[in-house]
Amino acid sequence: MSTMAVPDIAVAPVDEGFWTRSRKVGLTLLALGLLSAVLFGALATDQQARFTLSDDAAGAALEINGTIGAILFGIITIAAGAALLAGVPKRWFLPVLGVGLVAFVLSFLCWQVSAAPAGQNFMPLVNIIRGTFILALPLIFGALAGVLCERSGVVNVAIEGQLLMGAFSGALFGSISGSVWVGLVAAAIGGAFISLLLAVFAIRYLVDQVVMGIVLNLLAVGVTGFLYERLMQTDAAKYNSAPRFSNWEIPLLKDIPVLGPALFRGNIFLYLGLLLVLVIHIGLFRTRWGLRTRSVGEHPIAADTLGVKVLRVRYRNVLLAGVVAGIGGASYTLALYSFTKNMIGGKGFIALAALIFGRWNPTGALLAALFFGFADQLATYLGAINSVIPSQFLAMLPYLATILAVAGLVGRVRAPAADGKPYIKG
Amino acid sequence: MEPGEIHALLGENGAGKSTLMNVLYGLYQPDEGEILVDGKPLKLKGPSDAIGAGIGMVHQHFMLVPVFTVAENIMLGAEQVRGGIAGFLDRRRARREVTEVSERYNLRVDPDAVIEDLPVGIQQRVEIVKALTRDVDLLILDEPTAVLTPQETEELLTVMRSLKAAGKSIVFITHKLGEVKAIADRITVIRRGKTVGTASPEASRDELAALMVGRNVRLTVDKTPATPGEPVLEVAGLVVDDDRQIRAVDGVDLTVRAGEVLGVAGVQGNGQTELIEAVMGLRPVLAGTISLAGDRIDGWKPKKVLRAGVGYVPEDRSVDGLVKEFSVAENLVLDIYDRPPFGAGLALKPDAIAASAKERIEQFDVRTSSADAAVGTLSGGNQQKVIVARELSRPLKLLIAAQPTRGVDVGSIEFIHSQIIHERDIGTAVMVVSSELDEVIGLADRIAVMYRGRIIGIVGPDTPREEIGLLMAGISPDAAQERNTDAVPGDGPATDGGPASDPGSASEDEA
Amino acid sequence: MTNPPTPQSGSPDKEPASEAQAAQNALGNTERAEVATEPDRSVAKPGPEPEPKPSLGRLFLDNLWAANTFTVTLLSLVLAIVVGAVLMIISDPEVLSTYSYITSRPSDAINSSWTLVSEAYANLFKGSVFDPEAFSGWLDGANGWQAVLAPISETLTYAAPLVFTGLSVALAFRGGLFNIGAQGQATIGVIMAALAGFLLPLPPGLHLLVAVLAGALGGAIWGFIPGILKARAGAHEVINTIMLNYVATYFLTWLIVQNGVQDPNRTDAISKAVDTSAQLPRLLGDNLRVHAGILLAVLATWAVAWLLNRSTLGFELRAVGANPDAARTAGISVTRTYILIMVFAGILAGLGGSNMVLGSTASALTPLVVAQIGFDGILVALLGRVKPWGVLLAALLFGALQAGGNRMQSYSGISLELVTVLQALIVIFIAAPALVKAIFQLRAARAARLQTSLAKGW
Repeated sequence: MSTMAVPDIAVAPVDEGFWTRSRKVGLTLLALGLLSAVLFGALATDQQARFTLSDDAAGAALEINGTIGAILFGIITIAAGAALLAGVPKRWFLPVLGVGLVAFVLSFLCWQVSAAPAGQNFMPLVNIIRGTFILALPLIFGALAGVLCERSGVVNVAIEGQLLMGAFSGALFGSISGSVWVGLVAAAIGGAFISLLLAVFAIRYLVDQVVMGIVLNLLAVGVTGFLYERLMQTDAAKYNSAPRFSNWEIPLLKDIPVLGPALFRGNIFLYLGLLLVLVIHIGLFRTRWGLRTRSVGEHPIAADTLGVKVLRVRYRNVLLAGVVAGIGGASYTLALYSFTKNMIGGKGFIALAALIFGRWNPTGALLAALFFGFADQLATYLGAINSVIPSQFLAMLPYLATILAVAGLVGRVRAPAADGKPYIKG
Repeated sequence: MEPGEIHALLGENGAGKSTLMNVLYGLYQPDEGEILVDGKPLKLKGPSDAIGAGIGMVHQHFMLVPVFTVAENIMLGAEQVRGGIAGFLDRRRARREVTEVSERYNLRVDPDAVIEDLPVGIQQRVEIVKALTRDVDLLILDEPTAVLTPQETEELLTVMRSLKAAGKSIVFITHKLGEVKAIADRITVIRRGKTVGTASPEASRDELAALMVGRNVRLTVDKTPATPGEPVLEVAGLVVDDDRQIRAVDGVDLTVRAGEVLGVAGVQGNGQTELIEAVMGLRPVLAGTISLAGDRIDGWKPKKVLRAGVGYVPEDRSVDGLVKEFSVAENLVLDIYDRPPFGAGLALKPDAIAASAKERIEQFDVRTSSADAAVGTLSGGNQQKVIVARELSRPLKLLIAAQPTRGVDVGSIEFIHSQIIHERDIGTAVMVVSSELDEVIGLADRIAVMYRGRIIGIVGPDTPREEIGLLMAGISPDAAQERNTDAVPGDGPATDGGPASDPGSASEDEA
Repeated sequence: MTNPPTPQSGSPDKEPASEAQAAQNALGNTERAEVATEPDRSVAKPGPEPEPKPSLGRLFLDNLWAANTFTVTLLSLVLAIVVGAVLMIISDPEVLSTYSYITSRPSDAINSSWTLVSEAYANLFKGSVFDPEAFSGWLDGANGWQAVLAPISETLTYAAPLVFTGLSVALAFRGGLFNIGAQGQATIGVIMAALAGFLLPLPPGLHLLVAVLAGALGGAIWGFIPGILKARAGAHEVINTIMLNYVATYFLTWLIVQNGVQDPNRTDAISKAVDTSAQLPRLLGDNLRVHAGILLAVLATWAVAWLLNRSTLGFELRAVGANPDAARTAGISVTRTYILIMVFAGILAGLGGSNMVLGSTASALTPLVVAQIGFDGILVALLGRVKPWGVLLAALLFGALQAGGNRMQSYSGISLELVTVLQALIVIFIAAPALVKAIFQLRAARAARLQTSLAKGW
């Protein structure tokens, strides 16, 4: 039956033998470690690499000599790779891999920070962490929208459009009403509007879901761009000056060193996003709604035979996805910027990547979004210290990582079995 | 239906058994007529109504979510929840319920096991537990034994008896006479969507069979005795896995000679499909050899095997045999489109394709509005004729036909059979794989019986059906002598020592 | 996107509707494939019921009003235009204000709306097909014949790259793959074509040929990657092509500012210009932008049509697209076909990319040099019913919308984004013929469903 993601490919059975996935990953890690110990070690300077616990160069810092740091962390990566190569128990695989990768990144940072122009040999951790989360925020909302949709069996390529429509209607109605809350509700409705189109056409009219998603993205770009030029550009004060949510400081948590100032003095959207991850994760795996959602995404016929209303579940989830993505779009226009044409600029597709990289799992999607956000933030940082690493290559990272993931090089990714397949009763 | 009764619904493939039961389960809406439960008419708008009315169903293709645990599958649709509107699943209670039900009816399942990791027999057990936790009074089992091994079948029959003892009614849909006789209290025979009679389990097999197929004559094929020549296909020590990487063919040796039909009989799922797919190059050979007229062909790509003079009628025509969107003409050249006269270099020759199609359509009596009609618009029998026409229209050394007449009308069956025999008579080696024993007996000059990935015996076509039936159940001829009164597969099949009779000698029975 | 000179005039010609009619005629002979791609559930489908013989005119009207491909296309256009008009009205505060007193003086609302909408669509038409003023101006000697042909020239210029990307998507569709990566393939194509165009010192003619082929090669490489990943690892091409689009875009933005690529006289992100020896020649003199790209596009359409319907490779491709299992059983290598499909799709998209930098649209690389041709190509392929000649006509329609949109923007102040909206709407309506039928209460006939066999998930 339909349990395979791509059933039409005949892949010859792989006789794993000695070269298990764990060993292959170990070998790769070992190579990365060697690269970092030798290359990064050689390129790093004797400057101290300082990781300050603040927004700037001041204050306490974690320090290490650039060359020593690069080599040291490189060796840790080598060790992690060697451990995997030698063979570790299955439950140790992910932790060891994690240590190896983090050490690799640290080795890289030691090189970069120590080789920065004089006076700039520091990395402000608060800044980096905050930036990571802010950049990850639309990805988190977008990926959650993907989770909601695709877990019920509807492919959501329209995340970009949902985010954009949310950002636009949040800005427009927020401006007109002068209320952030009206803006927030409008944003949710805007996202849900794109979702409604997706749902009706995909579920009722059986239009291919990927096709519909692509077309809806273009429609959202067109409609928001058109109305932006007609309304917002002619009268920005009236139509494009939405009030913004002020930052909320969370008592106690805001005083945690590093994390406090980085995360708990932020805006409502950050808290909302993290809360949604939790709620959706629990909802999906611990509640009746989640069980039914997943059953509809995996085996709708079975769900139907047990009295689950397949189409109703799908409609509801797709609309919910629109609400979540719409709010995600508002995290731009009701907190950070005024609306501009096509302001989501592909973030919806990175969110899609985060969804896939996070294996259709809310927590996984969060981690993937943070990873992508970090890559984005790092690109900004490296640009600021005139790094030799081109920011464009860091910007490619999310996409390349996703390609590797779906190609099975970083473990197998399996979409919900009925994802993208319209359900026709009888 | 009476409470505590096992009612068998007997009929050939496609007689309408499953459709009837899907209506009863609310999946399809009846066009006319009504369903009575306890004397009251019942309107079923959907499966939930059926469940509400105490009807449960175990479908032929299991309705289980593969990535869910047993408990999750059983909960679905009837979740026990806590926490009000949030609706948190009460897993502990679900687990307890599963354990309770499975102990009460002696159906052991682990509530935390993930479905896709379980063997088919256990999955079916989960399906039954699922129905039982919904307090059904009537349980419909749709072809439950089609995918089971004899041991699992035996276990299932035991379960059915204990359910009956607990007062549940069971509708048992099948086309296997032995099982029906072993367990049913009452038998209804269905043919072409109509009830053609009821019988008691004491009725003889022949009576039941006659009711089921609607004629007393067995399927016979006119043919002369074979004159076997040189070996064409030689398979030795073949080992092949199925899609799930589970051993499906486990050391098969067989030979097919020019001018003879080797029939391969067996319950579906005993490795027949994988065997022929391996021969065709569609499935990797893990061990052993395959030779065609002396050339080793294992490891060849399908195209090369076809080119070497092998014709192939795959078992599922709509999946593997035809491109339904393509025209009849295109399907007639599906595996020879790139050879003269149909293709020259990169170019296709539409005229040659059309001319050839016209000829084949006449020769093989394909009923179609035109050669340009999409093949999907043809009836099953005519679709099958298109495949047969395609495969027989080039010179063959070996013809492999799998389920050549499944879902095909009687007229087409006879035609296809005569074509297969004709191919044998012009000296082609033919291998026919069918789960219809009558078809194998009618066509074959020698019959190889496959059981659990092995050839358990090779016998002549005039071997008694019962003996072949027992072989199909994994009971070798020696054991069969002792147990041939017991039509139901026994619980201790003596398979291990089952000597495959000498391939050459068995065919002499024919003469 | 580069801003081309605004077209000024046009010539007497048919209206857009007849263009769609021509599309239908071209599609007529391949109608069978359309029907056949519907998901087949019944074994034997009853044919259309024979009706008592009606008059010829009656028959024509019946057919027209039946939900066939042509009617659905035409009505989708109408619906899109209506929705576009609504958008124009609600986004114009002045016109909108007349609706506040519509009950007392409805004529105000109707007149102002009509003026706004009709003027905008008139400009759309004048900018893409024919401008009567330019024609009378030519008769009076006020302007040359070029002004009459300018709208057509603009339409063809915009259509040419869309033909290539549309063919790219359509070809892959027919092989059962959804190539969302035409954008990325065109991006790599544009890079390679431009590099060949300003780095290689070659004689005219040869230089152009090399540059065009370089673009094709670039696209081929970028199509090969998802192809091989699909064939070898089963990785879904939709995901991979989306991801590769962005990789290509970032690569382009990086490359432009590298030494030897960036224009030494500029500080912004723009490369050196392509040598004139590598530029596609203009067809109607230097004042009109139409260039030889459109001829290549027609050639490519013919080639793809031949490949699909008249070649063994096309047979394999269509068989794999319709039923990969049966294709494999019949000895066709599905993996090899998948790779070939993506390489061919890449070549076509890469050629579309070449058009963007070797034609008259731009002559140097900028971050937006490829515009949206890859994504538009998806719409074009769908509108063209994934058939080569249909794609050509759909690309012409989209080119016309683009060209007319420019005039609409500068003359009526209606933003070019409206064109994107119209394009998306047309395709949405076409994709759901059941909806169009419902809106217009059409007689149920063989509804051409576009979802065909594409619904297969990740």
